Amino acid sequence: MKRLLGFYIFSFITLVLPILFPDNYYVTVVGLTVLINISLAVSLNLLMGYAGQISLGHAAFFGLGAYSSAIFTIKYGFSPWTAITFGLLIVFLLSYILSRPILKLKGHYLAMATLGLGIIVHIFFVQADEITGGPDGISGLPTLSIFGFPIDTDLKWYFVFALFMLITVLLSLNIADSRAGRALSAVHGSEIAAQMMGIDTAKVKSHIFVFSALIACIAGSLFAHQQNFVSPESFSFFFSIELVTMVVLGGLGSTFGAVVGAFILSILPELLIVFEDFEVLIFGAILMVIMIFLPEGLFVAIKNKVSYLAFKRSKKEVANATS
Amino acid sequence: MDQLLQFFISGLTVGSIYALVALGFSIIYNASDVVNFAQGEFVMIGAMSAIFMLKAGIPYPLAIFLAILTSATVGLCLEKFAIEPAKRATVVTTIIITIGASIFLRGAALLIWGKDIYGLPPFTDNTPIHIGRATMLPQNLWVMLGTAFLVIVVKYFFDKTRVGKAILACSYNKKAAYLVGINVKTMLLIAYGLSAALGAVAGVLIAPITFMTYGAGVMLGLKGFCAAILGGMGNSMGAVLGGVILGIVETVGAGFISSGYKDAIAFFVILLVLFFKPSGILGKGEVERV
Repeated sequence: MKRLLGFYIFSFITLVLPILFPDNYYVTVVGLTVLINISLAVSLNLLMGYAGQISLGHAAFFGLGAYSSAIFTIKYGFSPWTAITFGLLIVFLLSYILSRPILKLKGHYLAMATLGLGIIVHIFFVQADEITGGPDGISGLPTLSIFGFPIDTDLKWYFVFALFMLITVLLSLNIADSRAGRALSAVHGSEIAAQMMGIDTAKVKSHIFVFSALIACIAGSLFAHQQNFVSPESFSFFFSIELVTMVVLGGLGSTFGAVVGAFILSILPELLIVFEDFEVLIFGAILMVIMIFLPEGLFVAIKNKVSYLAFKRSKKEVANATS
Repeated sequence: MDQLLQFFISGLTVGSIYALVALGFSIIYNASDVVNFAQGEFVMIGAMSAIFMLKAGIPYPLAIFLAILTSATVGLCLEKFAIEPAKRATVVTTIIITIGASIFLRGAALLIWGKDIYGLPPFTDNTPIHIGRATMLPQNLWVMLGTAFLVIVVKYFFDKTRVGKAILACSYNKKAAYLVGINVKTMLLIAYGLSAALGAVAGVLIAPITFMTYGAGVMLGLKGFCAAILGGMGNSMGAVLGGVILGIVETVGAGFISSGYKDAIAFFVILLVLFFKPSGILGKGEVERV
């Protein structure tokens, strides 16, 4: 119970918000972006934060999920759920085949390879217009139904996205405390040392890469159905970078850090709109300032500060009790 | 055959620009272990400030000189106000800082220069030169020769001059360099200034051939990163070679397949190289310390 207390409070807030403010712009419009970004950031954190493998191409898997849903439902007339399954199959095969050669690389080379992968997939979305509709994208996806309930309003979508996000967060929290999670953090610490402990590092890394890609793929399918439209713009190199920024901004390696980072980075543009032309400039400045002064991430920095204060207080109490 | 020669000429031109960006990239990487994602912004700032100074009536050569100076100043500021204060930063956080810097610089460029597309007039007259049935513009020649000249100057700077050697010493071991009396902070500043100046030259050289906007730096920066990786990260001459190879492969590939896939071809080649030789063409394998 205590281990997941934070998760329960978080779920409660997420699910109560739309009941209290069902017509609020920040809940049903911005909220949807926040929720999908949290799922993506948490899934990326599995790879980057837990296993220590940087990826600058996560948007590719998000995009492949979205495009699979759009293409298989509209062009080939499959049902939404069959299309999602096809998307998962494609992403599974692609990420599994690529995982070993890519994750053999380290540091900047890994960054370059994942970046290249993301850019190639994005260019494919833009250029292969016979399949993907080119720069204009594809619109008019059918309504997604879950157990016969059509998801046709933004409020309903909120709950679908929220549920998906909460499952992702829960999975992530549980992986951290599992055997696999400890193997991952061993890989993060030192790959050679992990191998010495009998961990098949290539396998562990490849599994988490595929897993995180599959979550992004489902997020993409849901996103496509909610938007009713896909276009290459949503899955560019910039979005991959934004996802990495979310993870690092909140605190690499912490699930709730990814949540906080995703929340801030999704809300920030909305708040900066009032600055109009200065928006981009201020966004860049905020990013730099946080990373320069709190390199461990906002959430982790605050958490450390709080536990430090609590530690100091308990020491004082002990001193008072004994004197 | 003539077509191939034509591709080769354009490839060598683009490749020269990539080479300059990659050279700047590896200078900063060597000096401070930072992968500078704002490298492309130096190119953009160089080109854009030259364009606007020329518009303001400043003579062409002086405008170019001032543009390089502007970009170098931006480079110094980047080191002074973003990299130096970030003492506790890890590799990933420095990447995010430089990404933040590149967004910031793009935002500033957008405010100052707007969204329009601009170009520079060619340096000298623009009658095409014919080589067999292929043609090239004098500006292509300017790009290639300018790059070749700068590469030689940079090589001389690092091999023969005191300051260049001092920067190299910092890249091997900062503490040891500090102990033998090298002012590490100043050396880092020089490295960033030099790298930004190289970027600006690349921008000024290419602006008469392709056009410039406030966002043109992004792809150039990424290609520079590509070229640096291709040549072996941290190897300056490797970066130059990587840039030239990348430019040629990309142009020839685009010519035979489809120009829309030009960038995809470049990144595909990088992926293949990384899969089979992860340390780049001239790079040495890294050894992990446990």
